[in-house]
Order: sequence, then C-alpha cells, then structure tokens
Amino acid sequence: MTYQFDFSSLWAYWPEFLQGAWLTLQLSAVSTVLGFVLGTLCAIGRADGPPWVKFLVASYVEVIRNTPLLVQVFIVYFGIATLGIKVSANAAAVIALVVNVGAYTCEIVRAGLESVHKSQLEAADCLGLSKPQIYWHVIIRPAIERVYPALTSQYVLLMLASSITSQISAEELTAVANRIQSDTFRSFETYIVVGIIYLALSFVVRIGLWLFGLAVFVRKRKLGTAL
Amino acid sequence: MSAVVKLSNVYKSFGTNKVLDGVSFEVGRGEVAAVIGQSGSGKSTALRCINALETIDGGTIDVCGHAVHDEKLDRRSLRRDVGIVFQSYNLFPHLTAEQNIMLAPSCVKKVSKAEARDLAKDVLARVGLAEKAGHYPEQLSGGQQQRVAIARSLAMQPKLMLFDEVTSALDPQLTGEVLKVMEDLARGGMTMILVTHEMAFARKVASQVVYMHKGKVWETGPGAMLDSPRTPELASFVGSGL
Repeated sequence: MTYQFDFSSLWAYWPEFLQGAWLTLQLSAVSTVLGFVLGTLCAIGRADGPPWVKFLVASYVEVIRNTPLLVQVFIVYFGIATLGIKVSANAAAVIALVVNVGAYTCEIVRAGLESVHKSQLEAADCLGLSKPQIYWHVIIRPAIERVYPALTSQYVLLMLASSITSQISAEELTAVANRIQSDTFRSFETYIVVGIIYLALSFVVRIGLWLFGLAVFVRKRKLGTAL
Repeated sequence: MSAVVKLSNVYKSFGTNKVLDGVSFEVGRGEVAAVIGQSGSGKSTALRCINALETIDGGTIDVCGHAVHDEKLDRRSLRRDVGIVFQSYNLFPHLTAEQNIMLAPSCVKKVSKAEARDLAKDVLARVGLAEKAGHYPEQLSGGQQQRVAIARSLAMQPKLMLFDEVTSALDPQLTGEVLKVMEDLARGGMTMILVTHEMAFARKVASQVVYMHKGKVWETGPGAMLDSPRTPELASFVGSGL
C-alpha cells in the first residue's frame, strides 16, 4: 500500500482552520462557565433542596448521562425550532453543551460537597453565619478545590465533544474540516491536521484551567498540598 | 449574681436512649463551670443543648436572655452571644488562621476588612499566636489550631464561651498551652462552661464543678468538692481519673 501524503493543498485553508478552532474555543469557554454554574446549582439542590428539587435534578442527571450527546444536540436544535424560537446553530450548540456538561458537573461537585465534614458546617453555624454564607465560604470553596482536577478533565472532554455540534452546522473546527475535506478530497490529511489542532487546543484548555486554579486556590498554590 | 445560663429540668433522648434526665444547673456572670463525668453521662449533650445544636424534649434553657427551648428561638442572635470550641478544632482548612478569624466578623457583624484584620491580630495575640496569622491550619500543631479556634470564637466577643472537651485530642504539653489560654480567659472575667476530663484544671480554675452521671446532675459544688466527694459515684470517678 502506497499512499502519497499531500498536505500542500490544505495550506490555503489555514485561516478557516484557525477560525474553526477559535469558534471551538469560544463554544467551549461559554459552555464551561455556564455548565459550571448550572451544575453547581444542581449539586446544591440535590444535596440540600426540597424533595421535588432533588427528584428533578436526579432525573435530569440520569437522563443526560444515559443518552448520547449527539441525540441531545439534535433534540435541543430541533426542539427549539419546533417551539418557533429562532436561534443560531451556535447558540443551540451552546445550549446543548451546557445541558450536557451541567449534568456531569453536578455529579462531580456533589462529590466535593459531600467531602466537606458536617463539623465544618456546625462550626460555621455556631459562628452565626447564614446558610448562603456557609455555602459560599465553608462548603463550595473547599469542595471545588477538591474536585478541581476532575472538573478540568470534564471540561477538556467538553471541548473535544463540541465537535459533535458540527452535525447541526455550528461552524466549529470539525465542521470546517468536513467542508475542507470535501473540497480537497484530502480527507486523511485534513483530519490529521484537525487532530493536531485539537491536541493543541486540549493543551491550551488544560493550561488555562491550571492557571485559573493557581489564581483561585491560594492555599494550594502556597503549600502545594491537597485539601 | 445574675444567671447567664440556666437549665431547668432538661430532658433529651436519642431514640430510646435517655441522655439528659432532668438536668438543672445555672452559671452566673463571670463564673467558670466545669462539667465532668464519664463518657455517655450526657455532659457534651448538655453543652450542645445550651447552644441549640440539639433540641431538647422537655424543660427550659435560658442563655443570655434567649429562651433556647422556645421553637421561635432566633438561633443566629443566640450565636452572637455564645462562642463554642470543639474537640476537633473545626478550623476551615482552606483559610489562614487570620482568615478563619476574620470570616465571622465580616460576614455576621459586617465589619470592614481592615477592622476584621485588626480584630484577628488582637485575638491571635491574646492566645499567643500573633506570628501565625498567615499560616494555614495544616501548618499548625493541634494545640495551635485549638488556640486559633478559641481566638476565632473570641473575635465575635461572646458573652459566654462553651468548651467541648477541647484538649481531649492533644498530648500533655499541647494541652498545657491550651489550658493556659483558657485560664487567662477565666481570669479576664469570661463566663465559661467547659466539658472536660482535666480534673486538675477543673479544681484549680472552676468556680463550680458539675458532676454528671447517667444523665443527671449527680453532684455540684466548688472545685474543692473533688477532694471530698459526697457520693460513691463521684468518689470512684475521681479515684479513677486521678
């Protein structure tokens, strides 16, 4: 088997690759932030909410974790259209990714919340802190610090999984690649290039989250020990 | 002398286990009461009831003018008057000693950050740890952590301090440094109730010793009562304890 690699025909497309990569990063960043907020709220609801909230969150998490992302993306995309609301493919992609990663975040953060010992809450309660203050200062911060490595992996996965939104023609990196390979008939080379770009993006996301962690978790930065 | 704390006929059960079986005692302003007794005698539960960490089944508890037994008790306003220190310190591990202390004054009393920091410096100096302000709990010894926990309570300027076996997890040397801080507090006029196994400390510092046995106040009196127990239970408890 002799295959002649030819990357030269792809060279002309580098601005499009770059644009696709940029959109992938943007989709991922927005979905990460919103998914984190959604997931954390769900985790609190599941840990400390009234029974109906617990049930609602548990159902949401189980449905999302046991159905394919691709199907979720289609349901969001066509569901929104059926409701008569006009949103762009990119917005639909973000919604689907947020709903998806929110469920996984919920489970990870819940593990973190459960790791905070009851005696910590008692101490804070005895100091007169209100429930929201206890949550913010005594529970959420150490909880997130403990599960931050798991969250980092989840958000790198999210960035990679965003390639699926190419199926609803969000113009992210994989969608760009699909178009280029059909233009050039250089499928193998195109996806090799795209693979390398994703590898680089993963690296960027990891570094970004690592730096963010250093900035936020002062104790960890100073002592280097796990909480 | 007005009573800061008054328990009258307090009952409390966990399931079928009667932990407090008609407990009554009172502690006046500036008094130091040492509650002693075997494990399971109900002494820690009594302390936790005073701070509304447990709800009681019968009787009344009045603390600094708060009716703790009342269902409509404003727990947060009770907590502004009462400080409590636990056996396991319960410092917040992600915050420095200073931040641990600053948290409640800034959150609850809404004092400014600068003011809270001054306050933290002040109480840390009182427990002899001024130079440890920037240290995290894991960088401190058990005795130091417990002193920070005491300082954290002091920063809220409570009218009453509760100590729940605060030296039980410490070796004798570290116990000594914590007890010294408590002795200084007592001398400064703080009203204190301590559940303790430190008989020598109880005898020396307490103005009132409450001996609990099987959920009842078995014997109560000044520290000297430990030298001449009236009941055989206290006699054997003191005998085994010293």
